[in-house]
Amino acid sequence: MSDTQKSDTRKVKIKAFRFNAETDYLPYTKEYEMEVGKDELVLDLMNRIKWEHDGSFSYRRSCRHGICGACGIKVNGKPVLACKQNAIELLDLFDNDITLEPQSKKRAVKDMIIDKGDFWEKHAAVKPYIVADIDPRPAKESKQSIAEFNALLDADLCIQCGACHYACPALEVNPDYLGPAALAAAFRFTADTRDEATEERLKITFETGAGVWDCVKCFECAEACPKEVNPIEKIGKLHNMQFEHKVARSNVATRHAEGFVRSIRKHGFLDEADIVVYSEGYLGMHKHMKTAMKMLKAGKIHFTDALPFVDNVPKSKNLEEIQKLIDISMTNKL
Amino acid sequence: MSNLHYALYTGCTAKQSTPELLSSTLAVAEKLGIEITILEEASCCGASHLQDFDEFLAHVLNARNICYAEKLGLTMITICNTCQLNSAMTKHALDTNPELKARVNEKLAEVGLEYKGSSEIKHFLYALTEDYGLEAIKDKVTTPLSNFNIAPFYGCHNIRPGELHHSSNGNENSYVPKSLDKLIDALEGHPVDYESKNKCCGFHVELQATHTSEVLAGNALVDAIDNNADMVVTPCPLCHLKMDTYQDDVGKVIGRDVEIPVLHMPQMVALALGATEEEIGLKFHVSKAKQIFAEATA
Repeated sequence: MSDTQKSDTRKVKIKAFRFNAETDYLPYTKEYEMEVGKDELVLDLMNRIKWEHDGSFSYRRSCRHGICGACGIKVNGKPVLACKQNAIELLDLFDNDITLEPQSKKRAVKDMIIDKGDFWEKHAAVKPYIVADIDPRPAKESKQSIAEFNALLDADLCIQCGACHYACPALEVNPDYLGPAALAAAFRFTADTRDEATEERLKITFETGAGVWDCVKCFECAEACPKEVNPIEKIGKLHNMQFEHKVARSNVATRHAEGFVRSIRKHGFLDEADIVVYSEGYLGMHKHMKTAMKMLKAGKIHFTDALPFVDNVPKSKNLEEIQKLIDISMTNKL
Repeated sequence: MSNLHYALYTGCTAKQSTPELLSSTLAVAEKLGIEITILEEASCCGASHLQDFDEFLAHVLNARNICYAEKLGLTMITICNTCQLNSAMTKHALDTNPELKARVNEKLAEVGLEYKGSSEIKHFLYALTEDYGLEAIKDKVTTPLSNFNIAPFYGCHNIRPGELHHSSNGNENSYVPKSLDKLIDALEGHPVDYESKNKCCGFHVELQATHTSEVLAGNALVDAIDNNADMVVTPCPLCHLKMDTYQDDVGKVIGRDVEIPVLHMPQMVALALGATEEEIGLKFHVSKAKQIFAEATA
């Protein structure tokens, strides 16, 4: 090895989350000192911990080519696919202080290995396959055009690594939520022109608590995905498809989405008071009364805001342009 | 007078429930000699909810807003993370998809407008930290915030997705955001390092998934409080509304008192630059915040 190549290495202490569910009451962190080379991947660091420091260190690995999805972990909270993520880049990002962690600490079985059962359960729930009544011995292939394939928006690239699923804060709080990976898969098969389960899948993804309306819009999934699937984009498409295919029923979430058109048409701006009343309905307003009173006291809202015959909402200049654009561009209805 | 001039997209919140955001933004601009032209023609960005209902319509309306900044030949600045996200998202979609751009322009032509893609869109935070510059801001500080431990709360839509936050909007790494920490530092406050600074506040599911929303806001507030923060500061009025207005409800769900002032980023800057109590507008907060003006200027 030449001198220039040697200077590309960096001596660091790598920390790792250690836990064995069978023997340990609590997890702990251990440090491993090593020289990291410029081309080494996070997977190489894990291999070296196991081969050079402690043979009991456990993690999943298989293809080393970013396609099997087995080696997903987190480093300082950032989801990575260990066989794709350069180690020096991460050390630069986190000032040479990195901790290897499992994707979900609460689901840890042994070190980096987690029980991914919830991921597969959610995935299976959206029927992640083409549903079609086809001849089992067809005379010719069921071909897809390039345009039809492009309409899947790269959702087909998902390798089920779990990076987005275990980065999703909505799922962390609400275990019923299907989560970004399952919803991206739901989009992938619903958008497929060969599939015949559009309505069924859109109904599954419409369910309150489980479906797309529980997405918190944080974009963690878009950042987490090592294959650039952009799950939240697919969640957005599913929202639109629920209106297009008339699966969407009127509820607080759908009225909230559609209510924006009502406000914008009237004022250009959103009528903040009206959107809550319109979404919740007058009967649903009781749960907002305490907050409304506090906002009233602080001067954030005004008594007259709630009166139907008083219009306090600021208006956009050239409002007629906005109204015309809504009339000629709107494609969906609730 | 700096030679900076921006087209300000106010968004809806600054014109209604958070008037303090608009007044403090204008105060900061005035103190720094940044010229502002308010885009009075602009409409709501859709806040990602109109996008859920009708994505194409949202693109048309956001493209129209950007057209007015383009007509002025100015960079459009936003003071709300969600306005930033949705405006930048339309710009990105139109600038990378000629077919969509043509479809949108077909509609805009009906009202005599054309989207060209000539204006950048950036959040006021980055106009301050990148264009005006932290060193220059430091020179203008008259009321150092050295009495305060300040917890920066970045808000999702100004840091994610990465593809929308390239060089024209801070180029921040969402896992290690730094701009707000550096700004607090420049104002001589003490930035609080805590894990939740780049997490979600839960605002967008307040109506349909209230429990999720309260827990997310609660986690962040508790984290800031446990790391000795005297206040939370955010560049997003929606994060502000969630974390300020709903503190009682959040506290009940989390099972802990989460009372802490939550300031808009421009309020913090206005405070350090010596703006008036009226301009900073702490009286419009639901949680107790008015004392901060006295504490800072004492």
